[in-house]
Amino acid sequence: MSSSPENHTKVQGKLSTFDIVQKTLAKRRADESRFRFYGIASIVVGLGFLLVLFANITGKGYSAFLQTQIELEINFDPAVLDPENTGNQEALSKADYNGLIKIALQKSFPEATSRVDKKGLYSLVSSGASYQLRNLVINDNSLVGKTVKVWLPTSDDIDMLLKGNVDRNVEQGERRVNDRQLVWIDRLVAENRIEKQFNSAFFTAGDSREPELAGIRGAVIGSLFTLVGTFFLSFPIGVATAVYLEEFAPINKWTDLIEVNINNLAAVPSIVFGLLGLAMFINFFGLPRSTPIVGCLVLTLMTLPTIIIASRASLKSVPPSIREAALGMGASPLQTVLHHVLPLAMPGMLTGAIIGMSRALGETAPLLMIGMVAFIVNIPSSFTEPATVLPVQIYLWADSPERAFVERTSAAIMVLLVFLILMNGLAVFLRKRYERRW
Amino acid sequence: MSPSILLIILLALSFLGFQLGKKRSLDVVKGKVRDLHSLPAFYGFYTSLWSIIPALIVMVLWLSIESSWLANSVIAELPEAMRQLPKSQLYLVLNDIKNVVNGTTLSTQADQVILDAAKRYQRLELLSHNLLSLVTIALSIGGIWFSSQRINKDHRARNAVEKVMNVMMVICSTIAIFTTIGIVFSVLFESIRFFKSVPITDFLFGLDWSPQTAMRSDQVGSSGAFGAVPLFTGTLLVTIIAMIVAVPIGLMSAIYLSEFASPRFRGAAKPALEILAGIPTVVYGFFAALTVAPFIRETGEYFGLTVSSESALAAGLVMGIMIIPFVSSLSDDVMNAVPQSLRDGAYALGATQAETIRQVIFPAALPGIVGSILLAVSRAIGETMILVMAAGLAANLTFNPFEAVTTVTVQIVTLLVGDQEFDSPKTLAAFALGLVLFIVTLILNVFALHIVRKYREQYE
Repeated sequence: MSSSPENHTKVQGKLSTFDIVQKTLAKRRADESRFRFYGIASIVVGLGFLLVLFANITGKGYSAFLQTQIELEINFDPAVLDPENTGNQEALSKADYNGLIKIALQKSFPEATSRVDKKGLYSLVSSGASYQLRNLVINDNSLVGKTVKVWLPTSDDIDMLLKGNVDRNVEQGERRVNDRQLVWIDRLVAENRIEKQFNSAFFTAGDSREPELAGIRGAVIGSLFTLVGTFFLSFPIGVATAVYLEEFAPINKWTDLIEVNINNLAAVPSIVFGLLGLAMFINFFGLPRSTPIVGCLVLTLMTLPTIIIASRASLKSVPPSIREAALGMGASPLQTVLHHVLPLAMPGMLTGAIIGMSRALGETAPLLMIGMVAFIVNIPSSFTEPATVLPVQIYLWADSPERAFVERTSAAIMVLLVFLILMNGLAVFLRKRYERRW
Repeated sequence: MSPSILLIILLALSFLGFQLGKKRSLDVVKGKVRDLHSLPAFYGFYTSLWSIIPALIVMVLWLSIESSWLANSVIAELPEAMRQLPKSQLYLVLNDIKNVVNGTTLSTQADQVILDAAKRYQRLELLSHNLLSLVTIALSIGGIWFSSQRINKDHRARNAVEKVMNVMMVICSTIAIFTTIGIVFSVLFESIRFFKSVPITDFLFGLDWSPQTAMRSDQVGSSGAFGAVPLFTGTLLVTIIAMIVAVPIGLMSAIYLSEFASPRFRGAAKPALEILAGIPTVVYGFFAALTVAPFIRETGEYFGLTVSSESALAAGLVMGIMIIPFVSSLSDDVMNAVPQSLRDGAYALGATQAETIRQVIFPAALPGIVGSILLAVSRAIGETMILVMAAGLAANLTFNPFEAVTTVTVQIVTLLVGDQEFDSPKTLAAFALGLVLFIVTLILNVFALHIVRKYREQYE
């Protein structure tokens, strides 16, 4: 429009619509950009939290992949190991390896003579170090009688001290490491006899009350059993259900009821599935508590709706022309589905299954209900042995009072997140690589 | 032999059956496949199904009654004094026996009666397993023989196999219904038992929750109070805090993603936000308890507020963040489904984008958005691990977000984790809480799904 606003005002004698628009325009534009800003801000808040969470966990947990080790000169004295000189394995496996460590420590620090000092000295080394020595000797009997330099894990307090989590300036009484111990440690550090090495126990050991000996192997294996079982139960059942509902089922009240049920089950809190598992599988069917098999059954029921819904969506996306062509060639309905529709829908179904599995991998609450929280040192080797899973292990460690468990919990979380990222990455890859658009 | 080895043998037999059936069908027509009614593979499936299904059915039934039969026959041979023990103690004795059998207890530690019983248990178990192997393998071979006898050129193997497949699919699809029935029954029956000892009105309207029941009859002050109102208010408080965080952030993210963002930004930001929902809740719980709660306490102290170390605020905040994607994803979908013509109409009238969203798209999408929020609420009510780790156990009847509260889910976990006898009102109370939780979330879900679906149909 070429006419100026002033002209309008003069002609109309009052404010025209155009003027009103012009007048409020600045405000409206500001409002627009404010609105946009809120949107961006909330996305930033969400993603920022994600970053803070990851950074926080990584910052707390990365140090757990290293464990402080102390170098001791151990004399595998036959007089201590095998005083009766029997020479057999049994005597060696029952021998007093703690005694060897104590002797070695005494030798390094002869000034510790009082009982309190000795106690402080002995507590530098982990209580599990003697088992390491035993394994060394049992694997290699020729060690007996020799003097060897061995790296042994320190106790968790010393580990925390060297990782900078113990404040040296605090009063001695409130510190987990006393002044004498500090002196010894400083000397060991100066002699390069104490250093942080890769914490292999974290990946190879089961749970333990001692942080320096605790590992996630048992929990990872338990998770593996549970997940594998869940997958082999829920994927076939889920696919069969989806195929039936999508390809064969008549539309009637019964199939409607099934559909309503599936949709509702997808939103039932997971803890309710735990109650179901406890009342049904453990109390009614008498399946053993704390075992992966019950975990599998509960998680199967929990993930089924996810898999069914994803599988149905995937089946729906296969165009009807494929079915018609197959039927036209004389294939039976089942052959049509098995030979033509299912292979085309498989990537989508697998993606759904993997997402369901990653939910199952992170699930904790229902497994608490069925007793998979027991303190289990042994690494499970079958579906019917008591086991725990990675998220439950995280929960258990998070409850432990020792400072060293904080970093181990974070490290276990990192491992769990890595598994989840791998699984979701696989799902994305499958979708990108094999999904066809029609 | 053990059931797992037996299962492998049965699978091998059924594979053998497949090959035999296929071969037999070809033999019958002397290699001319076109004379057969079905493809040879269907004859193979036919025999292999006959070989494995009856055997599997017998195996499952056998194993499901085996343990109770074993327990009963072992108990029947225990000394008289032991058999007279109350049921819970008898159960412990049985557990001891099983531990000896499994080698978890060293045989030197147990007393002689238990050892004898364990031996008997082992013998009976071996007998039962051997018998089972014999029966199932016989059934399997018999199935192969029977079915391969029936193969001739007019035999409709495909129809038979397809019928079995169809029945299996129907069975699979009814599992969803049975799961719901299972949930309802398992919580309902235990709840009814609970309401026999604690009146339902006391449970729903009582203001005092302290579920410790007396271990001995002369103990003082632990009669147990099962008034669930503090739990309900605690759940409500945490849910409200979570929704105060999640709804604005989730909605604004959804609006930005669906209306303003470029496809590329949307393609990156939406999955990134959804990661929030994929992180295990136990991770959030750890974060809330160890990082957020101390942070809030220190900030509170700075402003002169007393914040308890386990506060409703910390748990609620973190849960709110977790729930953002539940609100944003579904709302985003719903707003995307609003027809473009509505937007075009608003732009044509001179509305800015923000005005279009606020005055046209948002009202049009409102039912769906409400549905998504309701789903998020139901998710928040059922959330467990964050609260177990960060919200505390003290049943305070309070609406102060700085105090520790406890929720329905937390109490279910604390009442049921660990070993306790299963008949005490304490454990049964957990099922009553589970019933309440199930009913509330079910109503929310049904309502929300109804709204979302109705709305979707409107624009399709």
